[in-house]
Amino acid sequence: MKYSLPDFRRLMSRDNNIVQLIVMTIAIFLIMAALNPDKFLRYYNFESITYLFPELGVLSIAMLVAMLTGGIDLSVIGIANLSGILAGLFFHAVYQSADPSGGVGVVALGVLLALSVGAAAGALNGFLITRLRVTPILATLGTGQVFTGLALVLTGGPAIVGFPPAWDFIGNGKILGLATPFVLFVIIACAMSFILSRTTFGLNLLLIGTNPKAAVFAGLRKGRMVFFSYLTTGLLASTAGIILSGRTNAAKSDYGTSYLLQAILIAVLGGTNPAGGKGTVAGISIAVVALMFLSSGFQILRFSNHLIDFIWGAFLLLVIAINAFRNRVR
Amino acid sequence: MGLFRRSETIIAAILLVAMIIIGLINPAFWQLDNMFSLLRSNVVIGIMALGVLLVMLSGGFDVSFPAFAVAAMYLTVKGMLAIGYSGVLLPFLCAVAIGVLCGCLNAFFVYKFRMIPLIVTLGTGSMVRGFLLGVVGTSIVNINRFPPELIEFAKTELVSVTRPDGSHSGLTAMLLLYLGLALAVHLVLRYTMIGRSIYALGGGAEAANRVGFNLRKTIFFIYCTAGALAGFAGMLHCSMIWLANPRDFVGMDLVVIAAVVLGGASIFGGRGSVLGTMLGVFMLVMVQNSLIIMKVDTTWQLVVVGIIIVIATVATAWRDRRRQA
Amino acid sequence: MSHAFIELCHIEKHFAGVHALNDVSLSIRPGEIHCLAGENGSGKSTVIKVISGVYRPDGGEIRIDGETVHNLTPIASIDRGIQVIYQDFSLFGNLTVAENLALNTELREKRRLVNWRRIHALARRALDELGVDIDPSAEVDTLPTAGRQLVAIARALMSDARLLIMDEPTTALTRKEVETLFGIVRDIQRRGIAVLFVSHKMREMLEISERITVIRNGRKVAEGPTADFNEGLIIRHMTGHDISADGYRWEPPEEGAGTPRLELAGLSKEGAFSDLTMAIHPGEIVGLSGLLGSGRTEVALSLFGMEPGYSGDIRIDGTPVRLDSVQQAIAAGIAYVPEDRLTEGLFLGQSINRNILATTYDSIARHLVIDRDRASSLTAEMIRSLSIATPTGEKLVGELSGGNQQRVVIARWLLTNARVLILNGPTVGVDVGSKAQIHRIIRDLARDQGLAVLMISDDVLELVENCNRILLMHRGRLVAEYDAARINEEDISETLKSFK
Repeated sequence: MKYSLPDFRRLMSRDNNIVQLIVMTIAIFLIMAALNPDKFLRYYNFESITYLFPELGVLSIAMLVAMLTGGIDLSVIGIANLSGILAGLFFHAVYQSADPSGGVGVVALGVLLALSVGAAAGALNGFLITRLRVTPILATLGTGQVFTGLALVLTGGPAIVGFPPAWDFIGNGKILGLATPFVLFVIIACAMSFILSRTTFGLNLLLIGTNPKAAVFAGLRKGRMVFFSYLTTGLLASTAGIILSGRTNAAKSDYGTSYLLQAILIAVLGGTNPAGGKGTVAGISIAVVALMFLSSGFQILRFSNHLIDFIWGAFLLLVIAINAFRNRVR
Repeated sequence: MGLFRRSETIIAAILLVAMIIIGLINPAFWQLDNMFSLLRSNVVIGIMALGVLLVMLSGGFDVSFPAFAVAAMYLTVKGMLAIGYSGVLLPFLCAVAIGVLCGCLNAFFVYKFRMIPLIVTLGTGSMVRGFLLGVVGTSIVNINRFPPELIEFAKTELVSVTRPDGSHSGLTAMLLLYLGLALAVHLVLRYTMIGRSIYALGGGAEAANRVGFNLRKTIFFIYCTAGALAGFAGMLHCSMIWLANPRDFVGMDLVVIAAVVLGGASIFGGRGSVLGTMLGVFMLVMVQNSLIIMKVDTTWQLVVVGIIIVIATVATAWRDRRRQA
Repeated sequence: MSHAFIELCHIEKHFAGVHALNDVSLSIRPGEIHCLAGENGSGKSTVIKVISGVYRPDGGEIRIDGETVHNLTPIASIDRGIQVIYQDFSLFGNLTVAENLALNTELREKRRLVNWRRIHALARRALDELGVDIDPSAEVDTLPTAGRQLVAIARALMSDARLLIMDEPTTALTRKEVETLFGIVRDIQRRGIAVLFVSHKMREMLEISERITVIRNGRKVAEGPTADFNEGLIIRHMTGHDISADGYRWEPPEEGAGTPRLELAGLSKEGAFSDLTMAIHPGEIVGLSGLLGSGRTEVALSLFGMEPGYSGDIRIDGTPVRLDSVQQAIAAGIAYVPEDRLTEGLFLGQSINRNILATTYDSIARHLVIDRDRASSLTAEMIRSLSIATPTGEKLVGELSGGNQQRVVIARWLLTNARVLILNGPTVGVDVGSKAQIHRIIRDLARDQGLAVLMISDDVLELVENCNRILLMHRGRLVAEYDAARINEEDISETLKSFK
């Protein structure tokens, strides 16, 4: 009896986190709907959200994976853009627009290429962090710079355009009446959720993030696991890059720079502890939807993109304040 | 102390070797013109780096200062144009004040909510830049409208050489401002209690609290000073290039942080020095500058800076591991 | 009693329904070495915090120099000459010794500027007064633990201390360093400064103090001159019951000892240990002791695969094994319970279940996916068989008591089918009650499951009571072996002292 009480409360509070997120999402939805019912509640608005949020959602899941072990990956945007650009250059080299199949085969190769760019970039981060013991912030800051730089060198500045139709399908198509990016996001979120909570890899990451030293004494292969976590982050980042460039049908070295802040915000808002050991894909998914409602609402209210950046920043600070306040009360 | 001195000598030695190599590849490197422009490029980055050093010494991480610098310079110049004021001292004071104000915001969140400074400064930086571009405006104040007094001030030269063929080169006097600020920060860090409290905070926040340091004061001092230095650097920057662009300094955070890390400061706090930081800044600026001299395409700059960050951090990680061993 | 420097009279303190201090009185005279004894959680640290002004008592009064002090704040406490040396010393590793010493004085005098000559002079004087030889311009991080402790003591004495409170000061020290420390404490005493020694190590309390106060569950249960106490009495007061300790016996089976579980032959590692040869049979508990730096921890880490690059042979059940990684060691059947449970043993923010399964996940996952039924049946079985006091394995391990936490760590290793169990300081920081229970678990494991146990400890009494053989290491070599039934603790302690 003596023990069961706090335990019960803890279980509640764990679910509370998700419950609070859902409440917040509904609140944002209601406020935005009330402010501009005509435009916000239109089917078109929701449809466009299902095209827009997956790339950010995947980036946020990538951030979650890095944060689980107490790290961070500041190079995700660089990886995403570099992947898209390399795929684009590949298409320019081999694809003839006369191809009647829409270039499915070529695009499959392009996806493979983009993913291997992500894997290689993630492996580089993982190598720097686990083998050379560089702090994740600095390592990924540097590599992010290198990736963005390479992207710039490859394109010379302007965007690469002219992707095959099959590539366009990834970003703008429909599967069973649902946006392809949305379907991809759901698949990725379910897969990552399963990997993080039901496999040895995921649990090892959680344990390593909770106490790296104890992980070594418990015989966990810390270096290898952290390495694979950055590899996973890289893969996810390049997936986001594929979706992004598919949707815009272009690739550029400085696309999505504000996504870095947003991905971190979503991770923190979704209940991830930046110090490691805590975080769920479910939390991230709800947080990304909430913030998409917020930004779509503001766009409908004709706020400029810059003002929306301001709001994202303010929201991040607000979340920090609320989290701190909640922890203090508890 | 010996360790600090040693890591600075190492940086200085690497710097010297690099200078000799670059000089051998392209002798134009040693020309007075190039030296002057090299030193000139140190000024703005260097002043910003001093602020980043303060934050890093305390164990924090700041990515908001480029936004603060832009906000300070753009708001000040816009204000000057609006009221038709022209002068030098007041605009600089105003920019510093804006920087301090922004710094307060960082300090408040870092102190009050104990949140990781990287995340706080990501938020404040995005807010300040978003506010500037979204509310104040996006238009560039170019040389036609730029306050002439500021241009005149920034044109002041320390040494000026006019060659027989009529070509002219000069060493900007702004270098003195940089050196003066560096000396001031050095003295504060070494000879005042507030300076020592920054090192103490970086060494261990809990211990600093128990010994009786007023951590609130220290944290506010750090972030406000960093903000002030950023504001000052921003103002100086626009005066030196004769235009105020609200989209300026994008990506500057990485360059400056790279310089500070290159200068031997530890990202975990407690270790680092002004001299090391100045050497780090010089090294980074020199590499960027030499890329141009060696006719490397400017698009490669990011790649090179990134590689330098990686190498510098690998080297410091290696050093720290040896220190522990 | 009127001469007391500080008196706590009938102090009461409540925290959210917990009666942390119940009518506790304590008086310390100038120049007295007073011991405050109690188990973890008995209220020792609450008493320290009341004296240092961190907590305000809910009832009773505090008198300093005979004058009742209301509203004692941390600053007022320091002004009255009360100094606390915490277990972590609160020093700045990145600053020099001199600066660490002088900072307090500089802060107290509300100086704004730093005069380095003054700081070095202050530091020099403080170190000289203590009679210790430490370079004031050395960075604190470069000093050994004992050196840092001396710096912390010197710093405390600089502010005209009249009472020095030392919280578990001997935990991380070698025997020799403990003696140096005691010498310094006696010096301090001669200067008329009182020392409150907070500890749960019986031997040391009896050796150093003049008076002992024992508290249990927030109440004072005994107080008197040290001469009136002995170890058994203190334990009885601290735990509320007698803890009987009869030694562990192991007899080789009738058909002969057979193949040893663990056999080392000529095991050497450059700079750590050399030419170790020993054998441990199933069911044996072998103790290993030696001064810090004798190589005993290195031996344990080598056996656990954390120090690759040894030479010599290791055999387990007669099969030669090579242990160059933790994974190899675990596969070979070696389990290691590390020295520091909180930082090396546990995942505090995670559930008991996950802590127990940490090492086992790989073996209950087919194609990386964890078999949840297996997982929950394994943890339930462990919680039951080690009687871990919890209603559910989902509870956070950080919410358990020290003794239960140690059981969680042991449970983790039982699931790996360990054949050799190495325990490094198995009861450090565990209170006396749990200590006995952990000892019982270890004995049962050895006896019933035929584990070979290697128990490394500073606590010679612990070894004598729980091992059937005791080995001593010195400078990387095995130098003595005793049959625990025929030796008493004093003899081993004497031998250890002779190693200096």
